[in-house]
Amino acid sequence: MYSTDLRTDQEKKSADPQVLDDAKLWDTFQSRIDNGDVIEAKDDMPEKYRQTLIRQISQHAHSEIVGQLPEGNWVTRAPTLKRKLILLAKIQDEAGHGLYLYSAAETLGRSRDDMVADLLSGKAKYSTIFNYPTPTWADIGTIGWLVDGAAVTNQIPLCRCSYGPYARAMVRVCKEESFHQRQGYEIVTVLAQGTLAQKALAQDSLNRFWWPSLMMFGPSDSASTHSSQNMKWKIKRHSNDELRQRFVDATVPQAEFLGLSIPDADMRWNEERGSYDHGEINWDEFWAVIKDGGICGKDRIRARRAAAKDGQWVRAAAHAYAQKQETKERVA
Amino acid sequence: MPALEKYIGAKHTRNPHTIYMLRLADNALILGQRLSEMCGHGPEMELDMAMTNMSLDLIGQAKLLFEHILTLEDLAPNADVLALTRPLERYSNCLLVAQPNVDFAHIMLRQFLFSSMQKRQYEALLNSNDSTLAAIAEKSLKEIAYHIRFAKGWVLRLGDGTKESRDRMADALSCLWRFTGEMFTCDARVADAVEAGTSSDFTKTYSDWKLEVKTILSEAGGLTPHENTRMIMGGHFGQHDDNLGHILSDMQFMQLSYPGLEW
Repeated sequence: MYSTDLRTDQEKKSADPQVLDDAKLWDTFQSRIDNGDVIEAKDDMPEKYRQTLIRQISQHAHSEIVGQLPEGNWVTRAPTLKRKLILLAKIQDEAGHGLYLYSAAETLGRSRDDMVADLLSGKAKYSTIFNYPTPTWADIGTIGWLVDGAAVTNQIPLCRCSYGPYARAMVRVCKEESFHQRQGYEIVTVLAQGTLAQKALAQDSLNRFWWPSLMMFGPSDSASTHSSQNMKWKIKRHSNDELRQRFVDATVPQAEFLGLSIPDADMRWNEERGSYDHGEINWDEFWAVIKDGGICGKDRIRARRAAAKDGQWVRAAAHAYAQKQETKERVA
Repeated sequence: MPALEKYIGAKHTRNPHTIYMLRLADNALILGQRLSEMCGHGPEMELDMAMTNMSLDLIGQAKLLFEHILTLEDLAPNADVLALTRPLERYSNCLLVAQPNVDFAHIMLRQFLFSSMQKRQYEALLNSNDSTLAAIAEKSLKEIAYHIRFAKGWVLRLGDGTKESRDRMADALSCLWRFTGEMFTCDARVADAVEAGTSSDFTKTYSDWKLEVKTILSEAGGLTPHENTRMIMGGHFGQHDDNLGHILSDMQFMQLSYPGLEW
C-alpha cells in the first residue's frame, strides 16, 4: 500500500531511532492508546512512534505525487472531453492528497522540503505500483478500479489511526479515493461492454495490473516484521493479508460481472472460509521493483527531479519579489 | 463507409454565429490542452494544481461551446467528434494559444495575454442574441477573472524577481507579443458575428487592452514590448504554425485510432 513499509531489513535497522525513550513515557503513551485516545501533534510520544509516522505519511504523500505521472501520461490523449476533464480533476485530487499528507507529516516535525529531498535522492520510497507503465487508455480505468480500490481498502481503517492529523486527513482522502474507484470501474465497464477491441484492451490491462495491485498490500504477515508494534500503537489495525483478502473478495465479483478474467489459475471460492483463495504472489518481483524501480522508476524520479529543478528559479524569483515588496512597504 | 471517413468529416458551416463560436471553443480547447501537458510536471506542487485548474476551466468552457453549437447545427454526432477529429486547417484558434510550454515564464505570460483578451471577448457576449452563449460567457468570466489574477501575479513576480526570471520573462515577451495582434483583429468573421448579433465588437478595446497590459509589464521589472513588432496571424483562418499538428496528434489519437466508439 502507499504506506506499507517498503524498506529492506537493513534499511529498517539502520533507520531505527537511537534515542532510547524513557520507559515511563512508553507505558503512559501505551495506556493512552489503549484507552482509545487520539494523539495530537503537541502530545508526548515515543520517538519511534514519531519516526514511524513520518516515514509512513511521507511515503504516502510521495506515492500520491509520483502517482500523478502514470495517469498524466493519458491526459493529453484522453478519448473524449468528458474523460479528459475527469482525469484532470482526478490527478488534481491526488496532488491535493499529497499536499495534505505532507502537511500532516510536517506536524511531526519534518519539513516538506526535507521529505521531498529524500524522494528525489531515492532515499524515500513510494508505492511500487506507480513504476508500472500505462501504455493503453484501459490502464486509466484499471488504475482507478484496482489501484484506488486497493487504496480505499487499506485507508479506511487509517481513518481510525491513533494519530489525529493523519486520521483526519484520511477521512477526506478516502471519500475522494472511493469516488475515483467508481470512476475507474465505470471506464472499464464501458470498455467491457464495447467492441471486441475495447474488451481486449480491458482484459490486457487487468492482466498487467492484477498482481501488482495485490502486492500493494505489502508482504505476507509472516514476512512483515514491523506490523505488531504498529498494531499495538493503533497505527495499523489489520494485517496485510487480511486487507488483501478483503480487496480480492470485493474485486473478483466485479470482474466477473464485467465478463473479465482474473489472471490467476488458482483463484477459486472457498466455501468453508467464505472467501476467495488466490495463487501465490511473486514476491521476488515485488522486491526487485523496490530495488531497481521496475520499468518506469527511473523515469518517475527523473520527472520529479526535473520539476523540482524547474521550480528553483521560480521559487527564487518569488522570494526576491516578496522581499522587494516588503522593503517597499517598509519605506512607505 | 468506414467509420473514419464518416467521422473525420465533421461538417462545414457557413453560419457566422457558429463559425465565431468555433473560434471561441478552439481557443479554449487548445490552451486547455497545452496547460494539461503540465499536469504532474509543474515547477511547484501548488503551481501544478493551479495550472490543472485553469486547464479544467478552459476545456470545460470549450465543451459547453461545442455542445451548444450542436444544439443549433448538426455538424457532428457529438461534441467529441466536433472537437477532436477535424483536420488541422479547420481549427480556428489563434496562434498564441498553441505556443509551447517553454518554461513557467512563457506559460504565465501566454495566460496573462490570452485571459486578459478573453475577458473582453466574453464581456462582449453578455448581450448576445443567443442567450445560452451569453450564459456560457457569464459563467466563464468568473473563471477568467481568476486566470487573470493568477497569471498577472506571476508575471509581476517573475518580471520583478531575479535577473534570471526577468530574462526568461523578457524572452517570453519577445516570443509571444507577436501573436497578440491576431486576437484583436476585426476580421471578416468578427464583423459577421457582430452583424449577426452574436457579439459586440470587442476588438475596439484593443488600445485599452494594450495600455492595461503594458502597465503591468512595466511594473514587472520594466518589461516593454517592441513598438514595431510585426504581428503574425493566421490561426483564426486555419493557417497554423508548427505547433498545432503536434498538439492534435496527441489530442486526436484515440478518436482517430478507434473512430466512432464510445468511451
